[in-house]
Amino acid sequence: MDYSSILSSAIGELISPTTAAYALAALGLAVHFGYSGLLNFGQAGFMAVGAYGFAISTLTFGVPFFVGLLIAVVASAVFALVLGIPTLRLRADYLAIVTIAAAEIVRYLVTTSGWTAVTGSANGLADFEDGFYSMNPFPEGSYLGMNNRDFFIRVVGWGLVVVCCVLIWLLMRSPWGRVLKGIREDENAVRSLGKNVYAYKMQALIIGGSLGALAGMVFTLPRGAVQPSNYGTELTFFLWTCLLLGGMATVLGPVIGAMMFWVVLSLTQGVLTGLIESGAVTWLSTIQAGQLRYILVGIALMLLMIFRPQGVFGNKKELAFA
Amino acid sequence: MSMHAKDSTERGIDYMTDTRPIAAGGNTPGCKKRDPIVVAENVSRSFGGINAVDVEYLEIPRHKITALIGPNGAGKTTLFNLLTGFDTPNSGKWQFEGNSLAGVSSYKVARMGMVRTFQLTKVMGKLTVMENMRLGGSSQPGERLSKALFKGLWGGREKEITAQANVLLEKFKLDAKKDDYAASLSGGQRKLLEMARSLMVQPKLVMLDEPMAGVNPALTQSLLDHIKNLKAEGMTVLFVEHDMNMVRHIADWVVVMAEGKIVAEGPPGEVMKNPAVIDAYLGAHHDVDLGDAEGIKELEAELEADEESVVGTEDAGILSVDVIAAEVAQEKEQK
Repeated sequence: MDYSSILSSAIGELISPTTAAYALAALGLAVHFGYSGLLNFGQAGFMAVGAYGFAISTLTFGVPFFVGLLIAVVASAVFALVLGIPTLRLRADYLAIVTIAAAEIVRYLVTTSGWTAVTGSANGLADFEDGFYSMNPFPEGSYLGMNNRDFFIRVVGWGLVVVCCVLIWLLMRSPWGRVLKGIREDENAVRSLGKNVYAYKMQALIIGGSLGALAGMVFTLPRGAVQPSNYGTELTFFLWTCLLLGGMATVLGPVIGAMMFWVVLSLTQGVLTGLIESGAVTWLSTIQAGQLRYILVGIALMLLMIFRPQGVFGNKKELAFA
Repeated sequence: MSMHAKDSTERGIDYMTDTRPIAAGGNTPGCKKRDPIVVAENVSRSFGGINAVDVEYLEIPRHKITALIGPNGAGKTTLFNLLTGFDTPNSGKWQFEGNSLAGVSSYKVARMGMVRTFQLTKVMGKLTVMENMRLGGSSQPGERLSKALFKGLWGGREKEITAQANVLLEKFKLDAKKDDYAASLSGGQRKLLEMARSLMVQPKLVMLDEPMAGVNPALTQSLLDHIKNLKAEGMTVLFVEHDMNMVRHIADWVVVMAEGKIVAEGPPGEVMKNPAVIDAYLGAHHDVDLGDAEGIKELEAELEADEESVVGTEDAGILSVDVIAAEVAQEKEQK
């Protein structure tokens, strides 16, 4: 078994743009659930809206990169409004049902063959990333073993993660964040103190959803393609896994959670493949190994919930009263 | 609150010892008050054919402590919910300080100065006691998303709110618990916290839903003192309570509900002798404690033995002397 390549690919996952995208989307979930108590089971839908919003505006309407970015974020805000207006007055579980359904609706809409010219149907869209890479300030060459394109997307992706973390941290220490946390605990009590609970929940839904849209773009740019199958329900649950791993009502938790998630996936994949190739494991094919690692992630999550339910960064004291 | 207190001294009326009549006419159910703060007319709410609340006419007197009593299921809490916008009546109109509240959402009602607490205490368990208090603070610009990012815009107000919270926490003897999670408080302490938090809004009318339920008897006296002091600070209090001793002890006015209707109103002593009330509230099992002179004597004997109580001393009727003694002295000087 080649331990050094297993380890280096795991470390590569640590800073991959996909991990950055997961971190951003999980941070959005932290705003939704960790701070505001909004059960959003449709974060994949927000990511899809962001990715498709950007891809369609670039390809169909030929807008410049930053206009496409703006359209993606605005589209996700509109998506949040549409979801929030009927459900935010109701109990939290209604939002959960509506978001999970809405995310699927988005996925089916972009898959439908009727709009192939615009959405590319099941094949998705490609070749929309030129505007982004044309801004690459790094000349060709090797940067820490990466080419200038890979390096640029990592710098942008993780730069975005840092900026968003700082913004969310600033928001959550403010009185605005305090009202959100109060709503998470008991919205009627907050209402009785003269706060417009509905408006706060809507703002939180939009902010978390916009983070999802940015994540969708970071996810899709290095691939150079956006496909509906990437935004299935399982993506939402991977994001929840990242959030729970790191700690719900924390800023760094989702980021570290996303890193852990991908490192563990990469390590288990590497070790299992290595074992199979070396002949130590004969009852498993490499394809089965790819499935098995998700089972292992599930087991790891169960163990975490039992022995460290607050996540890596969570505050144990908060859980004492759950 | 200091603002309210100043008001009261300006007009030269001490609300603690104000003995002018509360009702404008006779003490009949639904009677007019000399100075009402809340007026409700034909407010009704039914749940599946059962009339939970069916109030023909009710006025709540300003600067007084009004008790709302009645047997279980009489509609007291439902009336609370209706008045504060947490529930919508099937019909009727009601107003607060002359402003109609029909269709006004609950948070706007709170901003107008009508703040309530809940029968099942609501504290934000995973926020500290101090954060709970700060949440009650009004006109904090940092609660707007547009200003939340910049501490310079809200830091000053935050300091004021914190100072206000510290004063209240000290009064309610929660200052030692300030940095603990609210979930770690006992049931009685939570009641105190909820009440203190509602005062952070600087309300004109405080509506307390069973402030004594589940409170340790040792805390009862200080809670009674706090409620009486609200009046000294110019606030109006409306509370629901089952503990007749408490009603008797602090209420200026008692409203009795039964089966959703107002069945009697009047000063506590008078109401508790009312056969309709005894019948509605206690049925056949008339408890001697209610309006009975002996029951009251027992309570007073208990309170006299309590060091914190001022019953039986020359300050009787003016509770928490240390808080308002200065104001009383000032008034005397002015006279």
